[in-house]
Amino acid sequence: MDLRAIFAGRPDEPGLVDKLASVNWGLVLLIALVSCIGFAMQYSAAGGSMQPWAGRQVARFGAGLVLMLVAALVHLRWWHALAYPVYALGLLLLVAVEVFGRIGMGAQRWIDLGFFQFQPTELMKLGLVLVLARHFHAMSQEQVRKPHRLAWPVLLGVVPALLVAKQPDLGSALLLLTLTGALLFLAGVRLWKFAAVVALVLAALPLAWSRLRDYQKQRVLVFLDPEKDPLGSGYHIIQSKIALGSGGIWGKGFMQGTQSYLQFLPEKQTDFIFTMYAEEFGLAGGIVLLALYAAILVYGTMIALVARSQFGRLLASGIMVAFWVYAFINMAMVTGLIPVVGEPLPFVSYGGSALVSLLVSFGLVINVYVHRNAQIGRAGDEGGP
Amino acid sequence: MGRQQGRARTFTRRSLLLLGGQLGLFGVLAGRLYWLQVVESEKYQTLSDTNRISLRLVPPVRGRVLDREGEPLAVNRPNYRIVVVPELTGNVGATLDALATLLPVGEADRRRIMRDVARKRRFLPIVVRENLSWEDVGRVAVNTQDLPGVQFDVGFAREYPRGMDFAHVVGYVAPPAEADLTGDPLLELPDFRIGRNGIERVYDLAMRGRGGTSQLEVNAVGRPIRELDRVDGDPGQDVALTIDAGLQRFCMQRLSQEESAAAVVMEVETGEVLASSSWPSFDPNDFATGIPAGLWRELLADTRGPLTNKVVSGQYAPGSTYKMVVALAGLEAGVIAPDHRIHCPGHMDLGDNRFHCWRRGGHGAVDMVEAIQQSCDVYFYELSRRVGIDRISAMSRRFGLGQSLGIDVPGERAGLMPTRAWKEAIHGKPWAQGDTLVAGIGQGFVLATPLQLAVMTARMANGGRAVEPHFARQRIEGGSLVDRVEEPAPSLGIPQRHLAVVLKAMSSVVNDPRGTAFRARIDEPELAMGGKTGTSQVRRITAQERATGMRRPHEVPWNERDHALFVGFAPVREPRYACAVIVEHGGGGSAVAAPIARDILLEAQRRDSAGRSVRRARAVGTAPT
Repeated sequence: MDLRAIFAGRPDEPGLVDKLASVNWGLVLLIALVSCIGFAMQYSAAGGSMQPWAGRQVARFGAGLVLMLVAALVHLRWWHALAYPVYALGLLLLVAVEVFGRIGMGAQRWIDLGFFQFQPTELMKLGLVLVLARHFHAMSQEQVRKPHRLAWPVLLGVVPALLVAKQPDLGSALLLLTLTGALLFLAGVRLWKFAAVVALVLAALPLAWSRLRDYQKQRVLVFLDPEKDPLGSGYHIIQSKIALGSGGIWGKGFMQGTQSYLQFLPEKQTDFIFTMYAEEFGLAGGIVLLALYAAILVYGTMIALVARSQFGRLLASGIMVAFWVYAFINMAMVTGLIPVVGEPLPFVSYGGSALVSLLVSFGLVINVYVHRNAQIGRAGDEGGP
Repeated sequence: MGRQQGRARTFTRRSLLLLGGQLGLFGVLAGRLYWLQVVESEKYQTLSDTNRISLRLVPPVRGRVLDREGEPLAVNRPNYRIVVVPELTGNVGATLDALATLLPVGEADRRRIMRDVARKRRFLPIVVRENLSWEDVGRVAVNTQDLPGVQFDVGFAREYPRGMDFAHVVGYVAPPAEADLTGDPLLELPDFRIGRNGIERVYDLAMRGRGGTSQLEVNAVGRPIRELDRVDGDPGQDVALTIDAGLQRFCMQRLSQEESAAAVVMEVETGEVLASSSWPSFDPNDFATGIPAGLWRELLADTRGPLTNKVVSGQYAPGSTYKMVVALAGLEAGVIAPDHRIHCPGHMDLGDNRFHCWRRGGHGAVDMVEAIQQSCDVYFYELSRRVGIDRISAMSRRFGLGQSLGIDVPGERAGLMPTRAWKEAIHGKPWAQGDTLVAGIGQGFVLATPLQLAVMTARMANGGRAVEPHFARQRIEGGSLVDRVEEPAPSLGIPQRHLAVVLKAMSSVVNDPRGTAFRARIDEPELAMGGKTGTSQVRRITAQERATGMRRPHEVPWNERDHALFVGFAPVREPRYACAVIVEHGGGGSAVAAPIARDILLEAQRRDSAGRSVRRARAVGTAPT
């Protein structure tokens, strides 16, 4: 196969060098800035050492950047063509994890490739965005508005969500459903249908409650009243709030956080890294990180808006929604706004699987920008609409 | 194209709507941060500085091991330690120098301390020296104002006050190995020990107890300010042994006159083991504090096996001490009457083989009592030929030989009672009648442990009831110790008149001038004992040796000399105690083992009349905290 065919489209479309020049280096810079905050905090969490976290995270970031560029420069049509294969692979791995999965943290979430432990849910999220974008790319607005045409995309979202929920990873299951909902919304599904679904969900809540695992129920209950169980499940939330609150406006200074060092925080290098960050850098640091996230979000949304193909628009948007959900859920969790669900903070939390898949996802967002003018037919060909 | 544009317009509208919502929620987050870090900051600052909660594990106090009178055999000694807190010290090196003027601080200690200082958090104490005497503690305590950051700490260390006497029975504790870790955080505490051998191992779980937790309020650097809440664990349960520490010590001292020996005393009615000694021994205190490698290698290399509990792990050919079992098998099979006489010319021929009696001139015509009394081998060659190995083997099992007794100290061996099937399976050769003859005098394939021989004797002396030996007065039920309920042992179904013949013969072994152990008799009639000598060959006597005359014992290398055995019971009239003694490579049973058994049985009876409780039910408490 000619490599040029993968990276370039028709002869009249821009070549590899032109593409490289049109990569949104600003967006890459923003991502690198946030990642640096992550490295610094992992260094701090290890008590001022590159071991065991920061060093490995930097290495993975380097490898992830390369993958990101590859994902950005491959022609968008390839991604269009790969949508169902990626989705199918994700689904297959989810089933495999169910069967052979290694038990990690009490849940079957990992596949061990020997050199790399891999979470199929990460692939699944990308696969879902790809297939939904492809699906709606091929539909006209009138078709989208017909209720029976929505059965397939809903099914595409619900099946993996159920598989993930079974692991049990409730947070990722909710994320998959949120992604499906967001893409349906952006594709133009009528608002009253969302209202109907919300009403239905509310009606089904009691049933869902009874199906939750005990530890999940506990998380919700303690969230509603953390003081109820200050040494048990509510412990983390209270300790996290104390750490955050004691940071004040300017924080205690880099590596000066006392709460984190005293081991009051569990998994301080992953899920609770924001607590540590905001303890050491205070409100100022928190606002800076929020601003960086907001900038990335705006940047990504703008890319979606300038894309000419519906596939590109929805692809970029879906990825931005996933990114936003991660960031919001994690920060809302550690500040005590929502229950502890155990999602990482994008680009900051320690974790290779999440970091690499995030970078690849953003590679796709950049790809949409690089190929913003590319024409993609309904079936993925080069033809017009 | 219009539809396309409509789709794009919808997308743009909704996309911006979504972005607005997302940014809005980020705004909410910013507001939340403002609330926590500015508005409520002061409150959290206070909480952060003064009100931190730290949970600590409180290890349980390990249960003690007591003898039957409540004398402690394994206890928890306070372990006084001097620790240094780097954060409070400033210059750790200078502090150690100052400390070294008061008590020795070795170069290795210093290196370890400096390494820990570099590695651990500065508010955590680091042990400088442990197992300090009270004088050392006092000397440092007087000078604490000059020693910033030097503090005292009290932990618990296992101690065995009786040392060597109980090394094999009580066993010892050791830090958990990697394989012992179960995820229970208790096991990972630096001071925690688990039972590694003996009673400490068998009753380990019940003796461990359950850990508690202490909820501490700690200050900004993690130093405890006060205890907020405490969940007490359960201290481990005490184990009360059936062993009499005084008798145990007596046995040990008596055995220490030999190179390598074992003795066990048990009550014939209850199966309670009163003494169980294996010589040479070792000091379990060395194990509790971590045994030096050199000492460990020395113990392992010692051919006399100081680490082995010979009472339960040593397997020996029982020799003539086995003849009563053959006699009982013969009586039950009806192949001989007690007064039937067999002529002993000093040997017996079977096919081409000649089987010798230990007395070259022979015993003449002897009946059963005389055969046991004088330990005539030819009588038992003939008797076992008539009975056959199967019936001998079956009778042996009824007396506890050739099988595990299921006792509560580790390392028990089963011994061996050969059968036809066994020989074919192991040796691939059919059973020969010569094998039966050799087995009939307790040689050849037959193996027994000293404990099994004591049980055999007890079951004869108590009128044929199957007592089970045990070392502790409790047993484990559902993870905790409950008092053992003594129930009458079931009968073995052996006619009393058969037993009477055997017991009469055993009495005459010691108390008849013709008996093999007459020189070891007890003169006081009230305390008189009965028994049976045994000499177990370690190597075959060659025809040439027999022809040229036996070598004198001192000419034979120590490890080729015969084992000396004796089994006995006392008092003869109303047996209370059974005893088995083996002296490895000691020579003859009558000259070496019998006097030891006499001394031990005499001591047991004297201690009895001196007020030792016999089968006294007593409530057993738990260790004081």
